[in-house]
Amino acid sequence: MMKKVLTVSSALLMSTVPALARGPDDNTLVVNGEIEMVTKTEAPAHLDGVLPEIISGWHYRSEETQQLQSDDFENPSMIFVDDAEEAWNTVEGSSGNSCASCHEDAAESMVGVSATYPKWNEEAGQVYTLQNQVNACRTERMGAEPWAYDAGPALNMEALIASHSRGMPVNVAIDGPAAETWEQGREIYYTRYGQLELACSNCHENNNGNHIRADHLSQGHINGFPTYRLRNAALIGTQSRFRGCIRDTRAETFATGSPELVALELYVRSRGNGLSVEGPAVRN
Amino acid sequence: MRLSIVSVVSVLLGTGIASAESVDPTEVQYDEYGAVEASLSGVPGDPASGAEIMKSRAKGNCIACHEVEVLKDAPFHGEVGPALNGVGSRWSEAEMRGIVANAKMTYDGTMMPAFYKTEGFIRPGDGYTGKAGKEPLPPILSAQEIEDVVAFLMTLKEE
Ligand code: HEC
Ligand code: HEC
Ligand code: HEC
Repeated sequence: MMKKVLTVSSALLMSTVPALARGPDDNTLVVNGEIEMVTKTEAPAHLDGVLPEIISGWHYRSEETQQLQSDDFENPSMIFVDDAEEAWNTVEGSSGNSCASCHEDAAESMVGVSATYPKWNEEAGQVYTLQNQVNACRTERMGAEPWAYDAGPALNMEALIASHSRGMPVNVAIDGPAAETWEQGREIYYTRYGQLELACSNCHENNNGNHIRADHLSQGHINGFPTYRLRNAALIGTQSRFRGCIRDTRAETFATGSPELVALELYVRSRGNGLSVEGPAVRN
Repeated sequence: MRLSIVSVVSVLLGTGIASAESVDPTEVQYDEYGAVEASLSGVPGDPASGAEIMKSRAKGNCIACHEVEVLKDAPFHGEVGPALNGVGSRWSEAEMRGIVANAKMTYDGTMMPAFYKTEGFIRPGDGYTGKAGKEPLPPILSAQEIEDVVAFLMTLKEE
């Protein structure tokens, strides 16, 4: 008897919830009138059909927020990119080098780089995020102090490097030596943490398009990171965003730069393989 | 007489602290369908308080996931769970108590959090601080708050 009631109510759920939901919109994103962004596309094979289509978080934001991202004069992230431009050319550390000493013009040398990160680093024998890589250059090649993870200068530089891949498809490798880290990230993605016992998948896989209180849930991709968040009036890093979501499950979070969040970053990034790099994007 | 003292005490102590009379979260008796027959506090629930708990972000925050027509004075009702209009006609009080205390006993693997559960979590936190918490954690709602919410839900009858 009870069992029957249960099946009926879950059948109702399946049919009513999507009808209520506003879902992603059908707008198109062209930045500066020239960079055409792929914001919806076929899900990569390694998602095994869990999402029918992958959709950028941009589609779940208001028209006003969307608008801010379509023009670099309106995108508040660009101030931070300018700061990074300066850092790029500034000599620091014992070797007397700036980034430009080795990489010259970022607008040429950094094209396509962000699209492939996080990525296996042979020398280090581990997966590197873009920030790990930049810090390796700072400590090993410049003789400079590493930048704090997800803090000002590191994020600004990540935004600058990302900006030179805008419009190119995210394409991180998940096989070969990165496979183990990717698996670890996947496991974290599906783990129900904290007193609320919620996994990333509960919100971003099973409920994207639905509202949770006032928030319109997206698929939680990171093709737009680092992202300018209007709510914080600041540039927010990928791993800081993850920490916020984990904290909201009433769980103990992981530290930025920790092996767990590096693995999660690789995994989440791979879910968006095929979407355009949008970083630095604008979200609310 | 005893009962009224208990309710005064639990009002004074506020959330999370079980009064002498309430059933400990680890001792709640769920039947095989997830229902809980006995009151958790021994004190009848107050529907008006239950409505406030459901709206409050710091308490139940139930409307984060559920739409409830009669609670529309509070903004932003979510779409993650089913609308709760008329839910008092769909479940008995014991079944409702089981769903609010720990919905996973009724719906295996549901996304709905357990509101009267204190241990067995993965990386339990100290509230919303992101820092480690130590089990047993205080339950999200106290025994009396669960009873209040159940009392409110039972007033939501199908037209
Ligand atoms: C003394 C030389 C040197 C300096 C200074 C230097 N790098 Fe590098 N960088 C390298 C070398 C060598 C590599 C590895 C080879 C490659 O991928 O180009 C590298 C790799 C990188 C990569 C990864 C490129 C890829 O395709 O995977 C990034 C990003 C990067 N550096 C950013 C920076 C930044 C930002 C700075 C300054 C804060 C900097 N580098 C300073 C020499 C340098
Ligand atoms: C309780 C629900 C919930 C859980 C669990 C959750 N998130 Fe989120 N997440 C949100 C909300 C709400 C937002 C803001 C709206 C949006 O962009 O989806 C968000 C935003 C994000 C964003 C920003 C997307 C963008 O386009 O800017 C990322 C990335 C993200 N989450 C990743 C994760 C990961 C990874 C996990 C698991 C470690 C996780 N989330 C767990 C609710 C959740
Ligand atoms: C994070 C999301 C979430 C929160 C928060 C939440 N619920 Fe639920 N609730 C659900 C889902 C999802 C279901 C459907 C059960 C299923 O099939 O998994 C449900 C089912 C129910 C049901 C049964 C509904 C029916 O139509 O038979 C009741 C009653 C209920 N919830 C009450 C509450 C109360 C009271 C609170 C707060 C104290 C609450 N919920 C908080 C997600 C949530």
